[in-house]
Amino acid sequence: MQKEVLVHVEHLYRYYGQTLAVEDVGFELAKGEVLGFLGPNGAGKSTTMQVITGNLAPTTGQISIHGIDLLDSPKRAKHEIGYLPEQPPVYRELTVDEYLRYCARLRRIRRGHISKVMATARERCGLEDVSHRLIGNLSKGYRQRVGIAQAILHTPAVVVLDEPTVGLDPIQIREIRALIRELGKEHGIILSTHILPEVQATCNRVQIIHQGKLVFADSIAGLEQRMNATSLIAGFRGTPEMADLQQVPGVSRAEAVSDGRVRLHFADTDPSEALIEQAVARHWRLHELSPERRTLEQIFIDLTCSEDTAAAGMEAAR
Amino acid sequence: MIFTIAGRELRSLFLSPLAWAILAVVQFILAYLFLSQIDAYLAVQPRLAAIEGAPGVADLIIAPLFADAAILLLLITPLISMRVLSEERRNRTLSLLFSAPVSMTEVILGKYLGLLAFFLILLLLLALMPLSLLAGTDLDLGKLAAGLLGLMLLLAAFSAIGLFMSALTEQPTIAAISTFGLLLLLWIIDWAGSSGNQASGLFAYLSMLRHYEALLKGLFNSTDVLYYLLVTSLFLGLSIRRLDADRLQH
Repeated sequence: MQKEVLVHVEHLYRYYGQTLAVEDVGFELAKGEVLGFLGPNGAGKSTTMQVITGNLAPTTGQISIHGIDLLDSPKRAKHEIGYLPEQPPVYRELTVDEYLRYCARLRRIRRGHISKVMATARERCGLEDVSHRLIGNLSKGYRQRVGIAQAILHTPAVVVLDEPTVGLDPIQIREIRALIRELGKEHGIILSTHILPEVQATCNRVQIIHQGKLVFADSIAGLEQRMNATSLIAGFRGTPEMADLQQVPGVSRAEAVSDGRVRLHFADTDPSEALIEQAVARHWRLHELSPERRTLEQIFIDLTCSEDTAAAGMEAAR
Repeated sequence: MIFTIAGRELRSLFLSPLAWAILAVVQFILAYLFLSQIDAYLAVQPRLAAIEGAPGVADLIIAPLFADAAILLLLITPLISMRVLSEERRNRTLSLLFSAPVSMTEVILGKYLGLLAFFLILLLLLALMPLSLLAGTDLDLGKLAAGLLGLMLLLAAFSAIGLFMSALTEQPTIAAISTFGLLLLLWIIDWAGSSGNQASGLFAYLSMLRHYEALLKGLFNSTDVLYYLLVTSLFLGLSIRRLDADRLQH
């Protein structure tokens, strides 16, 4: 079965005056995917999202939403988009219900449908209890939820969320993440964040953007691969010689860390079994052995901290 | 779609105390002027009765009242129109409109209609005063209608200018000040015209005051009506362009 492409972006450039904010970004989003957009501050995440949702015109580039070109027929394309900007676009003087009704009308939902659509959105975002309160009196977390409700109100094909969990308490964050995963089943979701575990918790694809360029794009499974262990931490009560440890089959390099623990780097084969055998045979008194995993954070820092690795990351992503 | 936006605009206006305060203050001041106008009329009435074809109630009460109302509205239009777009921009709610399937033209027209609806309410309240004279005297309804039309056209042009200024900036106060400045300039520009040099004809034509005065006299001249419609559509067009430019470059 062929994947249904919901968002298609090609050679996207965006200048702010002389400053190049987004440079040659291109990607696709299929139905059922949750795409995480990562990047340091000012990397171009929000700009990219604003361009995709029609809030900013691209300098050059092609964007199509559900097969409809955003620049040629913006009205039709925007039917398929729900967007939550960094600051939820809510009117403080309206109640939650009034606001959602206004949004529903703006999205041209038929009158008979409006109350049904509103009920669904309220329920999904947990807004039943506050539906008659003024948005201006709600807490930031609730305002954020109203923003999300607004974005999913018209069941768009693509939901674009710019840092949806900022300002929420941990329980709300969990609920919102669950909501995003659930939405991801029937919509395509683009999510920007700089909270790394959030990506691992909710997304099934990741893109890292740095200085306007995509430096990494892979599925979560591919990411896990990259995060796989390339070193072991071993603790010994005895004091094995470094040279002996280097002799263990599979170990490429050994270095002492602290209080008798040693880091063993390896390339392809995991030397754990061989190490345990040797340790028993030579009475090294092994008491700790754990694979060291690279965290997403390390990959992120590797990719965004130096230009060279960034280029290498892009190569690897291809 | 336009009406949805207009409806929300009007609603938000009345949810803030500003609209109520303005309606109350305007009504109070105009009522005071109206009553003093009647007083003055009653003082001269015996002498007027002796003159053949003397000016009637419409000329001596309604026309001065509407002339004063125009000055008053020039002062308050900026206060109503200032927040229409600038506040949306400041609160970042514009992106809701940008990402919804509506065109910029619909946004601007919706906002504009919302403003116009507010002023229509104000105008209705104002029209009740001269109409109350019907209880005691005959009224030249044609002149009253011309005056009301003039006031409505004037307000249409005022609001279009206010909307454009609001589209330019993020600060409501700046929008208000610049709207006020431009309106006042367009009001008094014919003072320069009366000095009698070459450009005076043009200046006199540009002045909002001149076109309004004709309508107050009960003269329905299509040039005057066209002038207001031109000003209105010019500034609405400019507002649409300005909002479109928001998405292009910064």
